[in-house]
This record gives sequence, structure tokens and C-alpha cells, in this order.
Amino acid sequence: MQIKKTALYEQHQHLGGKIVDFAGYYMPVQYSGIINEHQRVRKSVGMFDVSHMGEFVISGDKAFDFLQYITINDVSKLVVNRAQYTAMCKEDGGMIDDLILYRRENDYLMIVNASNIDKDWQWVYDHCIDGVELHNRSDELSLIAVQGPKAEATLEKLTDEDLSAIDFYWSAIGRLADVDMTIARTGYTGEPGFELLIANPDAESVWKAIMDAGAEFDIAAAGLGARDTLRLEMGYCLYGNDIDETTHPLEAGLGWITKLKKGDFIGRQAIAEAKEKGLERKLVGFEVKEKNVPRHGFRILHSGVAIGYVTSGSYSPMLEHNIGMGYVDIDHKKEGTPIDIEIRNRSVAATVVKPPFYKPQK
Amino acid sequence: MNVPENLHYTEEHEWISVSDNIITVGITDYAQGELGDVVYVELPEEGEEFAQMDTFGTIEAVKAVSDLFSPVSGKVVKINSALADSPEIINKDPYGDGWMIQIELENKSELDQLLNAEQYKEKIS
Repeated sequence: MQIKKTALYEQHQHLGGKIVDFAGYYMPVQYSGIINEHQRVRKSVGMFDVSHMGEFVISGDKAFDFLQYITINDVSKLVVNRAQYTAMCKEDGGMIDDLILYRRENDYLMIVNASNIDKDWQWVYDHCIDGVELHNRSDELSLIAVQGPKAEATLEKLTDEDLSAIDFYWSAIGRLADVDMTIARTGYTGEPGFELLIANPDAESVWKAIMDAGAEFDIAAAGLGARDTLRLEMGYCLYGNDIDETTHPLEAGLGWITKLKKGDFIGRQAIAEAKEKGLERKLVGFEVKEKNVPRHGFRILHSGVAIGYVTSGSYSPMLEHNIGMGYVDIDHKKEGTPIDIEIRNRSVAATVVKPPFYKPQK
Repeated sequence: MNVPENLHYTEEHEWISVSDNIITVGITDYAQGELGDVVYVELPEEGEEFAQMDTFGTIEAVKAVSDLFSPVSGKVVKINSALADSPEIINKDPYGDGWMIQIELENKSELDQLLNAEQYKEKIS
């Protein structure tokens, strides 16, 4: 398979980004360093190229019915310009992907994980019904995330749109840096910020304009490394780590997007049955007392017995200690429960805590 | 990439400086760059003994973890205790303040098995 470059690839090289193959794309994992980038997003503003994410456009008379059936959140709540965090599940409740669904004037837009573009596309294509049109725009669109307490001040300099009028999980079509785009107040960092959906040929000029506008706030280009540590401090799930086809949304703590009463949808029956039966395990957050870093796949123990496994773990740049998430048997999910993480044949003490681990400053 | 001429190197990206029968060990500039921000280094106790290429410790970065290998056989005579609270020194000054341990050399001929700067440069190019 050929590894793809985003429209911003040359910018990443120019900025000294350390490029890795991520989900089939050459992406910057870091520029100046993960901790520095992380802190600048929390304290000021950072900019991420997330153009590797996939975009599907769904239109037609039956688009609503189709989406209501293949996603787990309630699409009837989605008014024009609203965005919704949701997921697609298999019949057995296992998660195909988590995604953001945007309703626009005449269609819906799905933003999916880069690693799942082909699988998701096959899934929506296979379940497509008459009256629905699908377009995979993943190779035509760039996505730039501008995140941090100074994100709005940075972008304000480049647009006449009233950005303050765009609420959390709302979007607007607007002009910014002389380019027409979708401006959404969404993100994956917990900080205030925006995600900008731009046609590929315009991505580079927008990136540069934001870099210039943000200079006075010490804007940082931030890579996938910081994106991961930022989302983990918030306790947000990462597909492939914390959720996948073997996990269902309730045990992943995604009950709040699982609308069992909205009517039938793929996976509903299995999820409802699992709920009825009672969950066997739950995704929890934990803090580690020692300096060893918990990592994906490590076993979680209680009194020497395995009770689960780590799905995500990292040093937290803001808290300056190690944090993680993992599935544990339901008896051990309570906040304050002492657990051990098996790190290279040693038991390291940890405590179950309720995410978010870090609360962004107002 | 900074590869000082006067040091020895291992295939595993440790550097070694020799002063009489005491060697000082750290990781190379290349290694710290590949690892990224170092958040923890697990070092041995003074007095512990290692055979050549034994694991003497572990280095944890935000995104990666790696074992540290003893370039020679011998006894650890000193560890860099400043790294416990400030592991980021390794990123800032890998060949200076970021040194990790000193070992009393048992067998000088083991040094012959290490790479010189030219050979190490070739390895990482």
C-alpha cells in the first residue's frame, strides 16, 4: 500500500516535524517535542494537521433514516450546523468506529478515524439504502485543528465571522484567511478550539496564515504525540486503543451517546441485552504512583490476580505523573480502588480515578 | 547529528567515555532524539555488577520505552542521581550532564568490541 501525504506534508518538513507512517499517512508525531507542544496547547494555542481523518458526505431523502440506523446516537437531535459525537457498531455491539457527524444545510458529513477509512467506507456502502447518496471525500479535504485558550483570538484575526457565536459542537460555513471552509467548534484536546475543514488546494495557505496570526501567542505546530497525550488527560477514547470491534459502547463509558430508545439501529439489540445482563467490565481511568509508564496491553492486577488490561497510558505533562485507562472487571471499577499495573514483571501501584484527569483552565 | 569523535559506541545507542579503568555511559544524541521527551530513567544501584550487554536499566519517554545495555562487564561505581528528578537532562545534554552510570572496567579488551564514531555514524545514517 502506498503511504499518502496530506496537503500539509511540506509544512511539516519545513517545521522539522518527525514524520512517521500513521494509518497509511506520513504524519508528524512531533516537532519541538511532545511535552512542549502539549503545554503550549494547554496554555496558549497549538495547531494540528489532522487531514488523515476520513470524510464521508451522506445526502439524499433517506439520509436521516440511514444514519439513524447505522449510528448509535440520536440523529433526530442534530439540527442544521450541529455536530454530534457518535459511533457505528456491528450487530454484536462491537464498535466499527467512533466519529463526529455534522449536519449541514443539504447533507451530513461524517468525520472518521484515518485507520478505519476503508473499513468504514465498506460498512456504510454495504448498508446503504435507496434514497441515500454516499461520497468519500477523504482524499479531497484537509482538516486543521486549532486548539487552546488562544485559539479563538488567533482565528479571529483572520475572519469576519463571529466565532464567539459558534457554540461547542456547532459549525458554520465561513471565510477565514481568504478561504471558504467549514468552521466547527470541536476538538480532541479538552481546550477551547476549532476544527477547519478545507479543500486540499487551500490547506497550505490557511496553515501559514494561522501560523502567522498565532505568532503573538507563541502558537505551536503540534503533532500526533501531543494529540494523544492531550486526549488522554481528558479521558477521551482512542479507537484501536480503548475501543475497537471487541468492545461495546456501554463498557467503554459511551452510554451517553448510545440512545437505545431512539428506535432500531445496528447493534441495538446486543447492547440492550448486555445492559440488561449487567456489564462485566468497564473502561476506567487510573493514576500511577510510581514513575514507570503504563502502556497499552499491560495487565491490570488486584491482589496478584489479573482483572483487566491497560488500553492507553502515558506520562501526563500537566499533572507530571503517569495516567492511563483500561478495562477492569466490574467489581473493581469504583473510584479509589487500589489496583496494580504489571510493568515489565513488576507490580506498580495505581488507583482508579474518574476522568478527566486534567481540568482545562477557564 | 552530534557524534563526538572521542567516544565509543554500542549498536544499542549507548556512548562510552574511558578514563583509566572507569567508563562513563549515556545514550547518544540520536537515541534521545528518536525516543523524544524522556520522563523516567530506571538506573541500577551503586555496587551492582553486570556482564557485557546485560540490561542495566530502562529509559521511558512519553511515547516509547527502551532498555539500557551495559557496554562492558564490571561493577557500577556511580550513578547520576540528578536524573531521578530531572530526566529531561538526557534530552538537553546527552553527552554531558545526561550521563547515566560509571562502571569499573574488568576487561579492557571488551572496549575493542565497541564502535568508534565513524562506525556509529554509519550505523545511524
